[in-house]
Amino acid sequence: MNRMSVANRAADPSAPVRIAVKSLNFFYGEFQSLKDITINFYDRQVTALIGPSGCGKSTLLRTFNRIYSLYPDQRADGEVILDGRNILSSSINVNELRSRVGMVFQKPTPFPMTIYDNVAFGVRLYEKVPRSEVDDRVEAALRKAALWDEVKDKLQQSGMGLSGGQQQRLCIARTIAQRPEVVLFDEPTSALDPISTGKIEELIDHLRAEFTIVIVTHNMQQAARISQFTAFMYLGEVVEFGPTSTIFMNPTNKRTQDYVTGRFG
Amino acid sequence: MAIGTSTDPIQGAAVPWRRVRPQREIADRMLKALCTVFTGLGVLVLGWILAMLIWEGVSALSPDIFTRTMPGPGSEGGGLANAIVGSVILTVLGIAVATPIGVLAGTYLAEYGRASKLASVIRFINDVLLSAPSILIGLFVYTIMVQPLGGYSGWAGGVALAIISLPVIVRTTEDMLRLVPTSLREAAAAMGAPQAHVITGISWRAARAGIITGILLAVARIAGETAPLLFTALNNSFWFSPSLLGGVSNLPVTIFQFALSPYANWQQLAWAGALIITAAILGLSLFARYLLKRGSR
Repeated sequence: MNRMSVANRAADPSAPVRIAVKSLNFFYGEFQSLKDITINFYDRQVTALIGPSGCGKSTLLRTFNRIYSLYPDQRADGEVILDGRNILSSSINVNELRSRVGMVFQKPTPFPMTIYDNVAFGVRLYEKVPRSEVDDRVEAALRKAALWDEVKDKLQQSGMGLSGGQQQRLCIARTIAQRPEVVLFDEPTSALDPISTGKIEELIDHLRAEFTIVIVTHNMQQAARISQFTAFMYLGEVVEFGPTSTIFMNPTNKRTQDYVTGRFG
Repeated sequence: MAIGTSTDPIQGAAVPWRRVRPQREIADRMLKALCTVFTGLGVLVLGWILAMLIWEGVSALSPDIFTRTMPGPGSEGGGLANAIVGSVILTVLGIAVATPIGVLAGTYLAEYGRASKLASVIRFINDVLLSAPSILIGLFVYTIMVQPLGGYSGWAGGVALAIISLPVIVRTTEDMLRLVPTSLREAAAAMGAPQAHVITGISWRAARAGIITGILLAVARIAGETAPLLFTALNNSFWFSPSLLGGVSNLPVTIFQFALSPYANWQQLAWAGALIITAAILGLSLFARYLLKRGSR
């Protein structure tokens, strides 16, 4: 129950590995954007990926659900182990993988349907659940996403009518309703105002009780506030990885220190 | 250093004023005047056509138009009931054939083919078809349907109208699907939805208003087509066979024949028919715009 506590934001040294990345290379056509990445992501911890634009942090995130494979000129080699399987292997069903590794994008992406249907979308995809259970799952997900009280009277209205911050929380509810193991966040607050950003950060902190979270962020204060582990990336490589407190207070690499103190990037 | 102690504004400029020469000012106004005049000219011609149509058409309108069939040569009165019903049937037939083909082809271009070679070839052929002379399409259907089946029919007319509306539907479907943001498709794929589900559940839904608008515009396009019907559905002065075999009466060909006739009441009916078609197309276009506006909210 200790992990459920919100106050305890320090890295848990005993957390098991949820995703193991080994010798990962990534290519956009001819261009290699990730070079021999080896890094672990720990179970029910928030890991922040930081680094200057173009360093490959979003690319790394996008390998975990293989969303890059929508684009024929992008490919990855190496290993990304989740639940004992190499998810880069061609034998992996990408749709099953994506139902286990959810993703929340930079811009809110509510689907053109009602709030209820947005959240039920993922539930209905691969599970055969009776209507009453879908209702329960939708409500539970909206509650966890701290959106229930704001939308409970307008579940049948379009999800596009919500404010930006509400839309992003709707997308989070939609993702967790599917009961994934891992949730990926790709700069989830960069399109939001400070108040909405605060709500999303608080939410992410709550969600780590249940999910392993990887978040890409440009905002270093955000990384320091919400993550237990931080990886600093530069030019397609992981320069330094460790507990967030170490990376920000006591980095070993000069480049990391320059970046987290705002001297470059 | 003291800040903001001086209260005197600078009087002269480093480069003297009057940089803009009078010729520039004149050219500027001339272009605006030219554009305005020619816009007015275009609108004037359009207004003239509409005014004439309403002037001549409204006086020819009567309840008989909608209840009685076309009059024989030299007989008084008569209406356009059989032509109106025939036109509606032919148009619905054409759209019913063209919609599934057009929407699915447009979906292929926007969602599957995209930048592929095959897609760009199809896109090019579709553009050619979009501007193909409609009389050619009438002759084509005459050769493949009317001749082998041994006679004119509403079915051949429907196919000819379908071929004309097809490229319009393909084009608008593709354009509307391309307006759906990639991020929406990525988000659906990231939920684990297979591509077919992303297309039918997300892309189509997001582009629904636009696709329906495209179909309505295609209806408007074929409702007034004459040339493709001349060789296929021909025309009929009486109620046509419910099997649609033989000539099927329709408004455009009737207008063509009646307008050229020497009988005053036929000419009156041609004006009324033209007004009815124009009003119907105008109504459809307005409805399409309304749908698009509502869908984009």
